[in-house]
Amino acid sequence: MIQLFKMAFRDLGRNKRRSILSALAVSVGMTLLLLMASVLAGEMRGALQNSIQLQSGHLQVRAKTYEENKISLKWEDLIADPQQVIAKLTTIPQVKVATPRLIASGIVTLKDNSKGVQVVGIDPTSEANQIFRQGILAGDFLTSDDREGIIIGRPLAEKFNVQVGDQVSLLINRSSGDTDEQLFTVRGIFTTNTMNYDENTVFMPLAKAQTFADAEDHASLIFVMLQDQSQADAVAAALQSSDYQIITWLKLNELTVQLEDFANSYMYILYLIILGITATVVVNTLVMAVFERTREIGILSAIGMKGRRIMAMFLAEATLLATGGVCGGLILGGLVVAYFTKYGIYIGDYGVSGILMGDTIYAYLTMQDVTSLTLVTYVITLIASLYPATLAARMEPVEALHGK
Amino acid sequence: MEVAKLTNITRNFKVGEVETRALRGVDLSIQSGEFTALVGPSGSGKTTLLQLIGCLDQPTSGTVVINGQDATRLSRNQRADLRKAELGFIFQFFALIPTLTAYENIEMPLLLHRQKENERKKRVMELLKGVSLEDRAHHRPDQLSGGQQQRVAIARALATNPLIVLADEPTANLDTENGRQVMEIMKRLNEETGVTFIFATHDPRVIKYAARVVTLEDGLIVKDLQG
Repeated sequence: MIQLFKMAFRDLGRNKRRSILSALAVSVGMTLLLLMASVLAGEMRGALQNSIQLQSGHLQVRAKTYEENKISLKWEDLIADPQQVIAKLTTIPQVKVATPRLIASGIVTLKDNSKGVQVVGIDPTSEANQIFRQGILAGDFLTSDDREGIIIGRPLAEKFNVQVGDQVSLLINRSSGDTDEQLFTVRGIFTTNTMNYDENTVFMPLAKAQTFADAEDHASLIFVMLQDQSQADAVAAALQSSDYQIITWLKLNELTVQLEDFANSYMYILYLIILGITATVVVNTLVMAVFERTREIGILSAIGMKGRRIMAMFLAEATLLATGGVCGGLILGGLVVAYFTKYGIYIGDYGVSGILMGDTIYAYLTMQDVTSLTLVTYVITLIASLYPATLAARMEPVEALHGK
Repeated sequence: MEVAKLTNITRNFKVGEVETRALRGVDLSIQSGEFTALVGPSGSGKTTLLQLIGCLDQPTSGTVVINGQDATRLSRNQRADLRKAELGFIFQFFALIPTLTAYENIEMPLLLHRQKENERKKRVMELLKGVSLEDRAHHRPDQLSGGQQQRVAIARALATNPLIVLADEPTANLDTENGRQVMEIMKRLNEETGVTFIFATHDPRVIKYAARVVTLEDGLIVKDLQG
């Protein structure tokens, strides 16, 4: 075996440039695979984390009849006693924070511009909403007793050309089914770096939202963050009650999870295309080597080397090429992925409707991806090299000796 | 002892639509320890006959028996085993593996025999001494002269103590002096080890070394003289 690899190594050294270029093709292929896998994982992970932090939380407690898509404000669809539910939730050690939110659909109007938005009433003091406080770009965050102030996202402010201190008109649906319209002062402009969310969401203090929507002290939902998202199912099971529905982040982000599954399947096809191209380069190198060394194959055959050992010789060459290529790919790919993990890829507002993608995708590479892609690259390269290896093994000694 | 027996051998080659009859009913018996030359003009069939004895090719009809085994009835792998165990080859074009040193080229058949490293080393050094190339053991073929390369090829052919060594025009690419040296080494090894040598040649300077000269013309043996 050692002799086999020694010969293979020397044979590859006969045409160093060709061998290096072939290994480089594997390295570039491997780098692309690592980059694609890490960008996809980063994109999906980012979208999920955005959604959890901004919208879904790890758990949501809702009234039994509340339907997310209808954004109902009818009292029977709302939680009547949010503080009581929160008091119960905070006794559970896995719960990090729980806060009520009231959600209404509305329309922001300024002069001739208008836009449909989701108006969210929040408790400005809650830790769960600090992400919005930290995202304030201009002006101030909300205060609980503010009755005329709202904060809006940067894309909406830019679209309406609104500055801090400007007034906008806000019309919302109320619990009675009618609508109400009031003027609000823009106290601050925020960003969550999630264009889709920032453009379509307006925040106001919960108390004002409850009054405005005629919801008294009701809330649409209790937004719950846990110490660890993997505890969601256990906490949800412990909270099951006939009065409320408890929904975990997995259910709330079904679309993102499904999209990730779909994207993964799609990626496998792209992986195969890249590996196919890489394998073709390796096969080409080995086929050329087989034809260049036809007479040597004849000599080895003449001294009694069997076809399977000749085959093993070429597979050893393929293994060395794949090893060099994969090692190079891990180094090159590692550097490229490390760069994009730190600095990300800016995509702006490019995204998928319904998925809260950030404006920058940060690569995220898992050990599982590294291991599986390394193995797949190896296996595909070796499978592809079976063709030249078989070609060599099947040569008739007498013809090979004459270089045919 | 009869080491090779060929009976009524024919070998036809088809190139396109044209069929060439390289051998047309050859009978030949080789005894152990012979130093036999197959001679004849180009196209007479001597290389084809050598390849058939060497189990590198299969006849169109007839039988080739090597050390009691009918090679025409053996599978591809069995013929490879037969070559490994009983036959050694020396080719006109030296036929060394360019990436291996002289030592490693000679060691190759021993590796195929799965011999232990110390046994291999002993045998390779013995063979290198036999062809006076101990000081060139770790040189690669491109660092050796044509004569030296052919001597390495002879050592490799003898590595596994084969029954028969087949040499196809072993001196064709050598100058007179190197050709003479190669033939003298082959002759000496034949006498010392008793291994059977069969070589194809049309060089009169080589033929004079042969104890038996088999002459072929147009695919037939026309003369068989014992020296």
